[in-house]
Amino acid sequence: MAKLKRTFTYGFLSVVSLASIFPFLWMIVSATNKSVDVTKGKLLPGGYLVENFRKLVDSIDLWHAMWNSAKISIITTVLALLVGSLAGYGFEIYRTKAKDAVFTILLMSMMIPFAALMVPLYQMFATISRNFSVIGVNTLPAVILPTFTTAFLIFFFRQSAKMFPKDLLEAGRIDGLSEIGLFFRVFMPTMKTTYSAAGIITFMSSWNSYLWPLIVLQSPEKKTIPLLISNLGSSYSPDYGIIMLAVVISTIPTALVFFFMQKHFVAGMTGSVK
Amino acid sequence: MKVAKPGISIPHRGSRTKLTGWWFVIIAVVMIAAFYFYPMIQALLLSFKTGKGANLHYTGLDNYKRLFSDKTFLTAVKNTFIYLIIQVPIMIILGMFISVLLNDRNLKFKGFFRTAIFLPCVTSLVAYSIIFKYLFGTDGLVNLGLTKLHIIAEPINWITDPFWAKVTIIIAITWRWTGYNMIFYLSSLQNIDNSIYEAARIDGASAFRQFFTITIPLLKPIILFTSITSTIGTLQLFDEIVNITKGGPGQSTMSISQYIYNLSFKYSPDFGYAATVSYSIVIMIIILSFVQFKVAGDK
Repeated sequence: MAKLKRTFTYGFLSVVSLASIFPFLWMIVSATNKSVDVTKGKLLPGGYLVENFRKLVDSIDLWHAMWNSAKISIITTVLALLVGSLAGYGFEIYRTKAKDAVFTILLMSMMIPFAALMVPLYQMFATISRNFSVIGVNTLPAVILPTFTTAFLIFFFRQSAKMFPKDLLEAGRIDGLSEIGLFFRVFMPTMKTTYSAAGIITFMSSWNSYLWPLIVLQSPEKKTIPLLISNLGSSYSPDYGIIMLAVVISTIPTALVFFFMQKHFVAGMTGSVK
Repeated sequence: MKVAKPGISIPHRGSRTKLTGWWFVIIAVVMIAAFYFYPMIQALLLSFKTGKGANLHYTGLDNYKRLFSDKTFLTAVKNTFIYLIIQVPIMIILGMFISVLLNDRNLKFKGFFRTAIFLPCVTSLVAYSIIFKYLFGTDGLVNLGLTKLHIIAEPINWITDPFWAKVTIIIAITWRWTGYNMIFYLSSLQNIDNSIYEAARIDGASAFRQFFTITIPLLKPIILFTSITSTIGTLQLFDEIVNITKGGPGQSTMSISQYIYNLSFKYSPDFGYAATVSYSIVIMIIILSFVQFKVAGDK
């Protein structure tokens, strides 16, 4: 009976793992094959990687889109961590009844679907465009501004501030640190794990974000990676090898971030979800 | 906002704390007010207006009446609820089941299994949608494999048949999000004291009973959390639909979000009516979250 259970456990987990990994393997293998071979269902790596790469770089401006995505994701992540942690810390450390009420109201924004915001947000930036074209439609700030502050991150940082040892703050006060100094010199360095976890989540969702950039970025030279991939995928005569290579390259940054910071991620998540 | 008077060497702790605290939260409060609550009110006002492009005028409840006779809207709602009712429970049960298996202390290769199952979350919604679109193409690998294994005789039209297209979307979303939810269950399972299970074992409770009388009740808050976030996510489904099926064939996979996008940016823009459709999602989220809280919170 116990043996049967063990066999089932390993069997089931292996099947689920294989199902999870297979599309990745297929994507990577296909990136090294000719389009015709991909259609035939070839599952072994081929020798067309270099040629696919050359064709890809010649036909579309992949690097430019990568650069756009990188700028947007990095700026978004830095701002999100700063603003989110300042607020989470402020709500917890300087707790008052009034602030608790404001916090509850902010949390309600998590329930607002983006679908309900896209039309008014677009109109807002279209209006701004008329006077301040630098932050209007089709600009970097228009992509970043509405997305970097999330109630989720404020909540996340507040939860971790709850577990933060308050004695450290008192010690810092005695050492003569200002209130903002306490935040930057004591809280931030102690909470590295929380910052990594929040950073991974924010970077990934920003790098992968599709709908808002699709609405607000209209000219081709502003396109981000997801917009580019989506365009490639909807072509009528797709070259599978090239498209799969583009998808692989677009996934590399988030995969790297995830693998290098996975430990922090799991620790940060388990620390805050309790 | 008041400024502390100069000349007082030891400021009063209480009032100082109150004021300083506001400076920490002010940016976040302003940003959320500007980019969530303000547009939310704008959308509400917009939902009572009609017109093309920028020429809008108030028409009262006309847009809301239009919803109920709008066949495209009703189809989009029906599709979204099909995804919701079938996909969310499958994903939550599967995620919970995997997390229980992974939580076994004596399990080997635990790290490998966990990473493998979480891996789909690394891909962007667009990227995995493209992969699934090709895998499930009529001459794609899935059909090729199934016919070679003699499971099916004829290739299935995964993308171009109204029924199978929905199945494909459900399989795709389940693939992408099960690992993500599994991590939440796993991290709360690791916080459950093992002695509870030991006591149950001594009392002769089967693994099955332990699962229903210990695991599920202790996981309740996190199950509630994941089911609410999954519900909100499904109601806003967009990337997958647009990139796998484009809402087709016909309108058989179209989601509400895609319809709002089409109304605003694809057809001749009808922002007023689009805002009305978007408020229907808001109302559905409120009702469904409320129901889920009620169902889960008997205490």
